Amino acid sequence: MQAEATIDSLPVPHAHSEPSAGKVGMWIFLVTDALSFGGLLIGYASLRSWSPTWPVPSSVLDIPLTALNTFVLICSSVSMVLAVSAAETGDRKSVIRWLGATVAGGLCFLSIQAYEYHHLISGGLSLSSSLFGATFFTLTGFHGAHVASGVLYLSTLLCGVLAGKFVGHGDSHIEIAGLFWHFVDLIWILIFTFVYLV
Amino acid sequence: MHDAHHAEPTGFLSRVVFSRDHKVIAKQFLLLGLLFLGLGGVLALLIRWQLAFPGKPVPIVGQYLFSATAGAISPEGYTMLFTMHGTIMIFFAITPMLIGAFGNLCIPLMIGARDMAFPFLNMLSFWVAAASGVVLAGSFFVEGGAAMAGWTAYPPLSGATATPGLGQTLWAVSLFLGGVSTLMGAINYVTTILMLRAPGMGFFRMPLSVWGLGLAAVLNILFVPVIAAALLMLILDRVANTGFFVSGAQPGSAGDPLLFQHLFWIFGHPEVYILILPAWGIVSDLLAVFSRKPAFGFKATAIAMSSIVVLSTVVYGHHMYTVGLSPGLGKAFMSLTMLISIPSSVLFLNWLGTIWRGSIRLEPAMLFALGVVFVFGMGGLTGLFLGAITTDIYLHDTAFVVGHFHYTMAASVLFGSLAAIYFWFPKMFGRMLCPELARLHFWFTFLPLNLVFFPMLIEGYGGMPRRLYEPTSYKYLVQFQPVNQLITFAAMVLGLAQLIFVWNVARSLWAGERAPANPWEATTLEWLTPSPPPHENFDVIPDVHRGPHEHSRPDVPDRDWIGQWESQAPETPLTPPAPPSDSEAVAV
Repeated sequence: MQAEATIDSLPVPHAHSEPSAGKVGMWIFLVTDALSFGGLLIGYASLRSWSPTWPVPSSVLDIPLTALNTFVLICSSVSMVLAVSAAETGDRKSVIRWLGATVAGGLCFLSIQAYEYHHLISGGLSLSSSLFGATFFTLTGFHGAHVASGVLYLSTLLCGVLAGKFVGHGDSHIEIAGLFWHFVDLIWILIFTFVYLV
Repeated sequence: MHDAHHAEPTGFLSRVVFSRDHKVIAKQFLLLGLLFLGLGGVLALLIRWQLAFPGKPVPIVGQYLFSATAGAISPEGYTMLFTMHGTIMIFFAITPMLIGAFGNLCIPLMIGARDMAFPFLNMLSFWVAAASGVVLAGSFFVEGGAAMAGWTAYPPLSGATATPGLGQTLWAVSLFLGGVSTLMGAINYVTTILMLRAPGMGFFRMPLSVWGLGLAAVLNILFVPVIAAALLMLILDRVANTGFFVSGAQPGSAGDPLLFQHLFWIFGHPEVYILILPAWGIVSDLLAVFSRKPAFGFKATAIAMSSIVVLSTVVYGHHMYTVGLSPGLGKAFMSLTMLISIPSSVLFLNWLGTIWRGSIRLEPAMLFALGVVFVFGMGGLTGLFLGAITTDIYLHDTAFVVGHFHYTMAASVLFGSLAAIYFWFPKMFGRMLCPELARLHFWFTFLPLNLVFFPMLIEGYGGMPRRLYEPTSYKYLVQFQPVNQLITFAAMVLGLAQLIFVWNVARSLWAGERAPANPWEATTLEWLTPSPPPHENFDVIPDVHRGPHEHSRPDVPDRDWIGQWESQAPETPLTPPAPPSDSEAVAV
């Protein structure tokens, strides 16, 4: 009886040009999330600008290693784009390949970050060693938590794709996950610039 | 996203506890808010006891609560009381009631949707809020007691050195969780309003309650993450000694206590509007319904609320005039703050315009809505003195500030919530409340409430600091002791009067008269569906044909309202047209 009725107020989530509630919700979440990074970055900027002593980042941090890591993350964004377009055309094999590559990119990023943390902590830098250490670990750690949740999110989708879901014209699950992944990537570019390079 | 019908869940857990139905979640939030309102009220009475009778043992409950000091309140205990009172009332009483309960109830029903856009997220939002409430309530029982740094938790007071106890850390964790819950709700509300409006429900056909709730959600989306970032840094300061907000935490480090104040008020000022916007919207709708007139200046009200949202984001510095802000910046913040009085006046004028020459029905919900008009007027006018630097420097941190924000927050928002409860209770629970008891509740709330907060303005003007443990320790304040006692007695009456409300609700749930679908002859979509609404709200999603307040239209015969869902006036039996002479002459 209930199956007969339809919700005529709901937009039909078929074309990518037409935003589904899921996509709108994700965009709004990204605004929120951007502002939480914004709060941390305001704190970072303010503390750094008033601090009498602030080390030159390159004297403490391994810039080439992190540049490589940045490259890895950007590549994972590219593979995410390929996964989204494959999902749209219904090419299940490609979706699995590119989504898998994206997850691998995320894991690679996290591993390099873990190595970097280990290296820095054994060198004496920690959350409580200085404001440089405090802001560094808070910002990169908060971002790392986002990458980790992204890896979990994409892995869940990958399992779904392997089980035969989420692929095909009109299903925006992978596209929505892509929005999150690109956002995490974009935030990293900002953090890499402000924390490592400037 | 699933756009198909869901079968109604049948199990107890999925129907009552982990329900995804917005109407059930609304009730859960209402219960949470009312429980914390009671707790916050008890804390307020304890604060008032200390101010009226400093150092005297608290009668009845003192021997249990403060056994170490023979029933008297210690300075630490007093500090904890006002810290937890503020935190509980703002984040755990009025936020769940207005935004959690009525946001959830009203938004889908009023825009003609079957539920929120993300029902699962909605359920999660409530349970995270409940967890955050448990953490906060639990913090009373840890060693050293609950938080003691004031509801604003300024470092270094909230740092690990000044308040080493676990309670302050739990406070920050609890607020962080509360923020997460609020964000989940806000994302849901905005998405729902954008995506799930019934056919014909344009933005300017949405009731003003939905406007207020939606705008509050927008502010939440923008500013809750900022306080979340600040709380994260505060938690790290306390547990990992990061030193963001404490100067000299490490050798040579320059942590900045003012940074926390900036981050706190970037959020904290919009938070004031987050709470008052839904109340404004609800009052605007209720005044129209019970004056049997269209809301005066409907679009202007919506636009005024929107412009207040924009302005509220750039005025936070008026909370920090006395911290050594650059005078130029202070003046900028003052000018921007004063600009808010323009849209606020538009709102106020429109309310008066709505009730002007209306056929006013003094139902309990209307009494509370009129109460909001009065107390918000008081709150707004006293705000001018605090927004202007010259007077603020004198009044800062006095009881005047306490009186002012209690008029806006405690009085306006609380009255808005109570108006909403009296208005939508029949829709929520399918039963009518007793109007006589409700009127009694109104007068025993309205009069003592003014006796509580108005004298605070006078005391503050006389120089009495807020958060003062022992008012008689200053000679010039001894003269205020009778006033302090008057406030305390009025507060006790105010507290006891709420028992009328509790009794009314309990009696109605047990044996109240069954509510019809539209007991108030209102025009918005929630009154189309039965009380309480069925699972998924509407049999058929209604088409919306008109604005939300079409009362007293001359072309609608026999009744003074026409619902948003009605394409034309209902067929009526032929009645001879009323003789045009006498009645009009009386009306003019």
